[in-house]
Amino acid sequence: MSIRHALLALLSEGPKYGLQLREEFEARTCEVWPLNVGQVYTTLQRLERDGLVESNDEGDAGPQKGFRITAGGAEELAGWLRTPPDLASPPRDELVIKVLIAVRLPGVDVHEVIQAHRRYLVELMQQWTRLKEEEGDVDLGLGLVVDAELYRLDSVVRWLDTADGRIRRAAFDPPAPVSAPVPQIRRRAGVRR
Amino acid sequence: MTTGVLELRRVSKTYLDGADEVHALREVDLTVEPGRMVAVMGPSGSGKSTLLTIAGALETPTAGEVLVGGHPLGPMSRDDRARLRRRAIGYVFQDFNLLPGLTAAENVALPLELDGLSAGKARTAGLRALAELGLADRASRFPDQLSGGERQRVAIARAVVGDRRLLLADEPTGALDSANGEAVMRLILTACKRGLGAVVVTHDAQLASWADRVVFIRDGRIVDRTAPRPGPDSLLAGEPAR
Repeated sequence: MSIRHALLALLSEGPKYGLQLREEFEARTCEVWPLNVGQVYTTLQRLERDGLVESNDEGDAGPQKGFRITAGGAEELAGWLRTPPDLASPPRDELVIKVLIAVRLPGVDVHEVIQAHRRYLVELMQQWTRLKEEEGDVDLGLGLVVDAELYRLDSVVRWLDTADGRIRRAAFDPPAPVSAPVPQIRRRAGVRR
Repeated sequence: MTTGVLELRRVSKTYLDGADEVHALREVDLTVEPGRMVAVMGPSGSGKSTLLTIAGALETPTAGEVLVGGHPLGPMSRDDRARLRRRAIGYVFQDFNLLPGLTAAENVALPLELDGLSAGKARTAGLRALAELGLADRASRFPDQLSGGERQRVAIARAVVGDRRLLLADEPTGALDSANGEAVMRLILTACKRGLGAVVVTHDAQLASWADRVVFIRDGRIVDRTAPRPGPDSLLAGEPAR
């Protein structure tokens, strides 16, 4: 989560005080990402140093100090909004690694390991859905955050389901050994044979 | 002791496929209390649809006992079982299963009429059920004049109309987009809040996450279940953002 760009976004609506920025940040992210005061002021100081915001006095950043966005800040924000996050390289996903290990480890039932994670994820999804059920219709921001979490967790459950099926099929019909050169993606994903 | 609207006690179902025995369900225990939604989650072929047809008195188990509203189905005559199916149990399917020659109101009133209620009273109850689901202005439309989401809402009205105690749903949002799917789940939840018990079978975790409890079925056996559902507050007590 980029606090830097979130603060720029709030300032693009008009000049604001430090304390106000913190309150609005928390309100917009539905308090899912609580901020401490220090993070807000440190970030504002850096933004000022980089010429992306201006303040109304020379003192330390504090609750009563006002800030406004500069032209450079507006440009930075516009660029950030349109820059895709790095989704190209597979992350070193802890869950993927656990399943990869469990499938090779003697005496470990990989399906039982998968089910333990599946259950945990579904329990988490139940909590998010409860939040949506209670407040999602009233609060657009919260609705968006909850949907993002549900789709993210759902994609992990789907991967577990697919892995479960693939491992079951492989037990009956083991895949032929690969003789082709190790493709780039294998090294990037950190998978070793 | 609270009686569940549905209780399955060590229910097994075995089919014969040629000379082979297929164990569709193995010693399944499941209780659904009034006002609760239980999701049964599993891959295709895991036995979840068989569980639903047995819970709905559409099939009989090979072993074990099924109780609906505290009444064991085993000793009932065929007619009694059929009456219980019409009166106490509502079904929602992925493909809506509305009769194309009947209007929305007629579709909803049909199970009441089949149960011997006069056409006028059945129609009144049907219209009321439609109105409660926000479909009052669709009452005289035919299924092919309704959108997919509206058709499924009519199917839910038909499933909850009258004095139903148990709602059984098989992938009820499978044919719908996410907004309509969510609307359908909210309606099922509303029905539960009025005291119905619901069983939703699905392979979809987002759908299952609407339930109070999720049981996981695999090869005909319940292999796991979620812990009682905690409140959403636990999500908001996260660490400060970095």
